[in-house]
Amino acid sequence: MSHTRYRIASAGKPRPFPPEAMTRIQETLKRYPTKQAALLPVLWIAQETFGWISKESAEEVARILELPPSHVDGVLTFYTMYNLHPVGTHLLQVCTSISCHLAGAGDLVAHCKKRLGIGQEETTKDGRFTLIEVECIAGCDRAPSMMVNDKYYEPMDEKKLDGLLDQLSGRA
Amino acid sequence: MERVLLARVGKKDSRAIDGYIADGGYGAWKRVVGGGFTPEQLTEEVKKSGLRGRGGAGFPTGVKWGFLPKDTKGKPIYLLCNADESEPGTFKDRLLMEEDPHQVIEGVALSAYAIKCQTAYIYIRGEFYDGARILDRALAEAYAKGFLGRNIMGSNVTLDITVHRGAGAYICGEETGLIESLEGKRGQPRIKPPFPAVHGVFGCPTIVNNVETLACVPHIVNRGVEWFSKIGRNEKNTGPKLYCLSGQVNRPGVYEAPMGLQLKELIFGDDFGRGMKGGRKVKAVIPGGASANMLTAAEIEDCPLDFDGVAAKGSMLGSAAIIVMNEDVCIVNAAQNLSKFFSHESCGQCTPCREGTPWLHKVLTRIEEGEGRVEDVDLLVRICNQMANGMTICVFSDAAIAPPLSSVTKFRDEYLHHVEHKRCRVGAKAAMAAV
Repeated sequence: MSHTRYRIASAGKPRPFPPEAMTRIQETLKRYPTKQAALLPVLWIAQETFGWISKESAEEVARILELPPSHVDGVLTFYTMYNLHPVGTHLLQVCTSISCHLAGAGDLVAHCKKRLGIGQEETTKDGRFTLIEVECIAGCDRAPSMMVNDKYYEPMDEKKLDGLLDQLSGRA
Repeated sequence: MERVLLARVGKKDSRAIDGYIADGGYGAWKRVVGGGFTPEQLTEEVKKSGLRGRGGAGFPTGVKWGFLPKDTKGKPIYLLCNADESEPGTFKDRLLMEEDPHQVIEGVALSAYAIKCQTAYIYIRGEFYDGARILDRALAEAYAKGFLGRNIMGSNVTLDITVHRGAGAYICGEETGLIESLEGKRGQPRIKPPFPAVHGVFGCPTIVNNVETLACVPHIVNRGVEWFSKIGRNEKNTGPKLYCLSGQVNRPGVYEAPMGLQLKELIFGDDFGRGMKGGRKVKAVIPGGASANMLTAAEIEDCPLDFDGVAAKGSMLGSAAIIVMNEDVCIVNAAQNLSKFFSHESCGQCTPCREGTPWLHKVLTRIEEGEGRVEDVDLLVRICNQMANGMTICVFSDAAIAPPLSSVTKFRDEYLHHVEHKRCRVGAKAAMAAV
């Protein structure tokens, strides 16, 4: 995901933020001596508002912060947590770094792929789930660790994962 | 040892400010703001305590503060709390922030006072959504009580603290990478000198300290330098320390002990890891996160877990992330996994690192998958030697070669078995291949 450029090109139209997001952006700007320093927080606001960051959102952020769009582009593609295209309702992030790896994270990922019929960085057809393998998320003592959107689920095993996916699919 | 940093973890409402105050919290802050210490005196206390940075480098904290210029020529001084905890195997700062956020905030406040800083940021990794929310709530409580803001408690002390979320990049834990990131750029480390103390964030003098380091400061103020410096193995390795134990042990977790706890005690002690899962034998231990050289089972004998103790074994304490691997782990497989991490996280600035980390991963993958050639084993060593020792702007590259280089050196026979027999010598994969 982090290595994917914007999948949808700019339509040349601005994508304005809703008023409540604009208020948050103005509040954020007060905390920093430069507008550029607010770039990461403002990109977070964009992602929370729209679910992902489109080329148009990025251009709007550049306009608000008075930055070259190329700078925003460079920052966006450097950090792995900004979604450059829409992701599923539930973003499954399975840690595969060493402690989780030793605890069977590889099998967990394989199980997840099989059950959902998707590969790494892919989204199910119903748009419900996107799967990504991630590097260490500091859940090593509760390995294997994973996150769904902003919540940790740990320690995980195949049975618990099945239960979680059932629940998130509205089947349980 | 009594719990110090973890004393309040597990308590009901450990996050709420009233509980923190009832336990004596913000007492040190009130004393300091009320004139109990001048900034210079507080810096001197921290120096005398022997506190060394808990983020990985183990640099004496008070000495670091002392690098700030006496005359900043009107520029503000910034304090950045490094909460980017991303070193594989490390999860202590997450616990501190999620369970006792006010201890961290009081530590930031006291340290900011010591270095005459009025604006501090807590740079927290993006994945710690809960940590950021908990800190934000705790900061709002502290502002409401008048512990932060302008003219704190009627004094002329002013301090603002802001939580700043990262967005997924290991390199932002490197202090100049963190500074770049806070400025709204890619987190690519800067060439040093100039060091952050002279030219840091926004071109101003800046101190970057780890969460656990800062959390020690209220205790130093409350209980004194003598108390703090008597905890630990010797005068160079002082204070309470959080150890992150993970891997194939019975009871992984964050454990607090005096600096210099024996590695075997951490793995086998009843108060700690309680031994190896399934009674298996230890094969290798990573004593300081993914960036540290692996130790063999023989090397973990008499290994005090402090900066100098682990360094004497040819590795490093780093972030005190102890990852234990049992005899069933294929060392090539483990090194391949670790190389995946470094390959993914290289910031791409310096050629030896940008090209070297994926190359290491590629060679390790082909050995692991049974496609390796005999000469690949020495190729790994050659690649490593071309990536290290000052070839790059930051030490990421030196960290990236630690797992392959130390494992090839110490477990060479396993690598040779791999390239000769096209499979692991041990582990589940070997068992499957034998069937």
